[in-house]
Amino acid sequence: MLKLVGVTKMLGGQPVLRGIDLDVPEGKLTTIIGRSGEGKSVLLKHMIGLLQPDSGEVWVDGVEISRLRGHALNEVRKRFAMLFQGAALFDSLTVFENVAFPLRERLRMKGPEVTSRVDEKLEQVGLAGMGHKFPAELSGGMRKRAGLARALVMQPEIILFDEPTTGLDPLMAKSIHDLITSMQRKFGFTAVMVSHEIPEIFGISDYIAMLKRGKIAVMAEPAEFQRTSDPEIREFISVGGTMPLTKVVSAG
Amino acid sequence: MTLLALMGRWALTYVAEMGRMLIFMVASFAWLARPPLRGRQIIKQLHFIGYKSTFVVVLTAAFTGMVLALQGYYTLRKFGSEGLLGSAVAISMIRELGPVLAALMVTARAGSAITAEIGIMRITEQIDALDTMAINPLQYLITPKLVAGLIGVPLLVAIFDVVGIYGGHLVGVELLGVNAGSYWNSIESAVEWKDVYGGILKSVSFGLIVSWVCCYKGFYTKMSAEGLGTATTEAVVLSSVLILIWDYFLTSLFM
Repeated sequence: MLKLVGVTKMLGGQPVLRGIDLDVPEGKLTTIIGRSGEGKSVLLKHMIGLLQPDSGEVWVDGVEISRLRGHALNEVRKRFAMLFQGAALFDSLTVFENVAFPLRERLRMKGPEVTSRVDEKLEQVGLAGMGHKFPAELSGGMRKRAGLARALVMQPEIILFDEPTTGLDPLMAKSIHDLITSMQRKFGFTAVMVSHEIPEIFGISDYIAMLKRGKIAVMAEPAEFQRTSDPEIREFISVGGTMPLTKVVSAG
Repeated sequence: MTLLALMGRWALTYVAEMGRMLIFMVASFAWLARPPLRGRQIIKQLHFIGYKSTFVVVLTAAFTGMVLALQGYYTLRKFGSEGLLGSAVAISMIRELGPVLAALMVTARAGSAITAEIGIMRITEQIDALDTMAINPLQYLITPKLVAGLIGVPLLVAIFDVVGIYGGHLVGVELLGVNAGSYWNSIESAVEWKDVYGGILKSVSFGLIVSWVCCYKGFYTKMSAEGLGTATTEAVVLSSVLILIWDYFLTSLFM
């Protein structure tokens, strides 16, 4: 469904991506890990066409999107949603208006249909009754939940999560992880998540991909990933503490 | 590197920047031709750029008119021509001071805020979020502001002119004792329609300059607090300088 072939990118004169080959499994949660500054967010932005590669290809269901512009690119983006690191909520709009935004602006939807869909999503992410608040009045965790509700409201096929738990305490981070996994299982979308949360990601991801020196060094299921012989990767994942070897199955 | 090469590089950088700015404006206006029109956004921006600038424009206009009358009265009195005070105030207001000062006040009040608002949206990835939702940021964010600048600034200039002329009346007639009939008659006989047209044309183009430059600087701000501060300063300085330069060219065209 989502595939990157030989993607390279230079930023500020420095090579960031040096030939990314990645085939994202459909309907699964794939987590990309790597050291800070390795280009994980840059990689994510290539998947949705926010950045264009210097060379290489990005395929979405048989369509090569890296050279698309304007209307053609927007047509592909309609299948995506993205949860940004800081949630990227529009600060001049309330939580309700933020979640309703793509419905109103893209689908030109109005009235009670908007209200019912937004209320449903807010309830699913645990923000029922908070629709009247502005993003500035929310905690970091609540903002991420609102961002997730906005991402889910259009029922996308692919959702990209850019470090969804950055800046949250461990309990809040766990609740966001649980929410993402439960939503992913419930709706079956393809999820790609950039995260530093080791070892938690081994318990929630279907696949782990390690970005190292601008390339995908390893991509495997969590149990297999942890058996890697690469000493650098072993050191990277071992500093996170105890690693559950199998995926935790939580209730959707 | 030789001085000539340095100057060449500087010139190329600025020509490229001007090209980017022009493409930004043309692309933003091109979105007007494609639905949806986003009338609500345009009205919201008109409220922000136009209505919310009214107070500062009225204040500036009143004192500009008053000081013009004060200066003009003592100059005209030397020639026994106090009766021409109204025309001196009105022509200065309509031809030059109204469009220029109103546009500069809008730049200071609304233009800087536009740059800061769009810049913060860029830094906090709100503009990227629009892109990911398949909503074009130019159409949603920029086009309504350009349209609001085109409509709002001429309306503010009209208010500026009227308030300024009444400010001149207050000082000239009420305080310094110029005959009220002379004041208004001199305006009627001296002001021509081409002065009014010229003022309108100036104000429309100044409205475009303010909204265009300030939107552009915010949209392409550097991703830091310092970068946003620099972008806001550049937006205000560049808008103000362009207004003054463009004013000279338009004035020389009408003369």
